[in-house]
Amino acid sequence: MLTTRDNLFYFIYLHRTGLTVLALGVVLVAWPVMESNPYNLGLSNLIAIYAIVVLGLNLFIGYAGQISLGHAAFFAIGAYGSAIGTVTLGGPAWPVMMAVALVAALIALAVGLPALKLSGHYLAMATLGFNIVVYTILVQWDAVTGGPSGFAGIPYLTIGSVVFDNEIHFHYLVWTFAMVALLLCLNLVRSGVGRGLAALAEDETAAAALGVDTRRAKVKVFILSAVLASVAGSLFAHCYAFVSPDSFNIFVSVDFVIMVVVGGMGSIWGTLFGTALITLLPEWIEALESFKDIIHGLILVMILLFLPQGLVTGIVDAVRTRIALNRHA
Amino acid sequence: MLELRNVSKWFGGLPALQDVSFRIAPGQVTALIGPNGAGKSTLINCISGVDRVQAGSVLLARRPVEALPAFKIAALGVARTFQNLKLFSRLTVLDNVLTGLTVAAERSFAVSMMRLPALRHQERQLRLRALKALDDFGLAKKAHWPASSLSYGEKKRVEMARAFVSDPRLVLLDEPVAGLNTEETAQIARHIRRQRSAGHTMLLVEHDMELVMEVADQVVVLDSGRCIASGKPEAVRSNPLVLEAYLGRMEATA
Repeated sequence: MLTTRDNLFYFIYLHRTGLTVLALGVVLVAWPVMESNPYNLGLSNLIAIYAIVVLGLNLFIGYAGQISLGHAAFFAIGAYGSAIGTVTLGGPAWPVMMAVALVAALIALAVGLPALKLSGHYLAMATLGFNIVVYTILVQWDAVTGGPSGFAGIPYLTIGSVVFDNEIHFHYLVWTFAMVALLLCLNLVRSGVGRGLAALAEDETAAAALGVDTRRAKVKVFILSAVLASVAGSLFAHCYAFVSPDSFNIFVSVDFVIMVVVGGMGSIWGTLFGTALITLLPEWIEALESFKDIIHGLILVMILLFLPQGLVTGIVDAVRTRIALNRHA
Repeated sequence: MLELRNVSKWFGGLPALQDVSFRIAPGQVTALIGPNGAGKSTLINCISGVDRVQAGSVLLARRPVEALPAFKIAALGVARTFQNLKLFSRLTVLDNVLTGLTVAAERSFAVSMMRLPALRHQERQLRLRALKALDDFGLAKKAHWPASSLSYGEKKRVEMARAFVSDPRLVLLDEPVAGLNTEETAQIARHIRRQRSAGHTMLLVEHDMELVMEVADQVVVLDSGRCIASGKPEAVRSNPLVLEAYLGRMEATA
């Protein structure tokens, strides 16, 4: 016979994902009330934008077991696509954002079909090469992209009469997108598709023998992650009203990968943690900001050496195994 | 159910399988035996689409499948286990068994990301099936354990649960008792007998002759990639060719 208490615990257990999302949502709605410093809000907004990219990238790296050192390129396609679409071509911001995401999907398909036949170092090099190509275009094609000095005057997003033109408005805008992305990714990994991807990451032969179309699954996740990166790029462009190539070079791609690794391969919740930590780190250790790349490299090497599944996942797995073994010892 | 017609395969210039032909009738357990390097695992890999045959054909319910990729053969109802365990160590035991239901699960990314009530319902059904399979193999208590924390014998049973959970037409078991002790072997033998009485068709690659004689309806003997004998276990056991090629050699080494 279940007591009310048991029922309550069971309800919480059953809906743990939804309830955690809800709790996070409540905190985020209240956040601008507690934190009114625009600089700090700007940081948490940047975390949201990066988190959208890193969520997709974690599906690709942590779940499908692939590697990409080129996701800043898709981030750039979103940002510059929205900039060019709204300023140069004079299109409306929201439809342009969607059109650009579609273009990013097509580019991901075109890049992914040949590149995803590769794996390991070769795939890393191919995606890195793609990022360098895109970066070079941003720098060299002044007439369209504004070249090294960047692209200014990108309009703010609006919904009806609401203009997203200050940090508090940005907060609700970008975190809504981030939460939707989080929810979609959480749903995906809890489904048969997610289990297929996890299987693929560990053993392609076994996954295929179980009915996973491995090649197709890899390309699909790559496209999904490109679309998320593109949407994040569009938000980035509209919030900052200015973009320049430096936000999209290969070191940004490497930082995205570090965020995935810190948060934990295949941990959707860890993604938020990893993104926040790596975004905030230069703020906390201000003196070391000029050594950012060295520190990030060091973090990456240490984690891969000692907790190859990533910081959060590694610790959680160790604890979970310990608990299971203790309970049944 | 399954018919092999003159299946051949070479690794470089080395013949791994030469003109192998036999049939598996529905509901029967066929044991594939032979000395090390006879081509048994290669044959299982060819049937499941992990390897390609280079000549001959593999017919599943009269349909040629030798050119299909592994995931399509899985979708046609062929499940398998691996000689060297291929469990997903990062997933829980239950999720491992659920991967055995990939073919029955929703495949669309968009639908999965929306997680509408219909999908929740389907997921619940799949979980029940997976839990049932785990229970059948005596592992229900460990459903939420990480797969990496199980013993070798338990992992072997999880792999079998994963293979049987989808009610496949044909199950390929690649050395299910290799490395197990007598007690665990007896346990696996019980499971195989139970699955046979439930009507499952199996192809069993095995070195353990006692197990083979106990559970097989038909025995096929491979030696150096050739099929040298096939038939009832008793008949094969007394076949002089087999005694010379396989059992004789075993006695010599024993």
